[in-house]
Amino acid sequence: MSPTTIVFYLLAAFTVASALGVALSNHIVYSAFALMGALLGVASLFVLLGADFLGVVQLLVYVGGILVLSLFAIMLTHRIADVHVSNRAVGRLPGAVLVLLVFAGMVRIATQAAWVVREPGAPAPTTSGIGNAFLGDWVLPFEIASIVLLVALIGAVVVSRKEVRG
Amino acid sequence: MGEIGITHWVVLSAILFSLGLFCVLTRRNALGILMGIELILNSANVNYVAFARYADTGYDGQIFAIFVIMLAAAEAAIGLAIVLGVYQAFETIDVDATDRLRG
Repeated sequence: MSPTTIVFYLLAAFTVASALGVALSNHIVYSAFALMGALLGVASLFVLLGADFLGVVQLLVYVGGILVLSLFAIMLTHRIADVHVSNRAVGRLPGAVLVLLVFAGMVRIATQAAWVVREPGAPAPTTSGIGNAFLGDWVLPFEIASIVLLVALIGAVVVSRKEVRG
Repeated sequence: MGEIGITHWVVLSAILFSLGLFCVLTRRNALGILMGIELILNSANVNYVAFARYADTGYDGQIFAIFVIMLAAAEAAIGLAIVLGVYQAFETIDVDATDRLRG
């Protein structure tokens, strides 16, 4: 086995184990910390795929932003421990059956489809290429995404503030 | 266990997606559901980046992944603000208990 293969299996095992923790943990705080492991694992998988810029973005936005936000929300809703895992509408067993069916279908597609692939070259720095693409072909989606982020920011402030009457 | 091909990445992403779906299906805690959604978005990103590396598409896959991360950030901000609003109104974030539109 080449070193890349070994690293892939190690990182994939770490990511999947953390994701299992997110899905199965009984306590929401443990789920949040397992989510941190899963996000870190995905960031390292990005680096393994030669997407260095994306790995750093994943680290900054997900681990540094979204996860901290989730932990804040968990801490601010202090009766969070009262809510337990089970969903009355979809229990664990029917959920597991449904998910396994979906998973089997996806694995079937993944292994049988004739993917058009090429041999990947040596990893090269991607930052300047991504920057040029964002200000070239992708400039309109990029601007729209920034407006969406601004609207989401204002919306989050409006939704979460306390209403003052009078 | 030969060389890593695109199939390995797609199967890994399928595992992450299934776990996220399981999380969304079985939890009643709104924050747990949001975490499941984050897992699902991450699995999509793994697919995008893997195909960006193994297919001849330049940077398009990675740029899509960046857009997904952007929208996930927006979704998390709005979603958590709504969860806090629901918590103020209902004193719980059990998604089964929040069944009224008007307080």
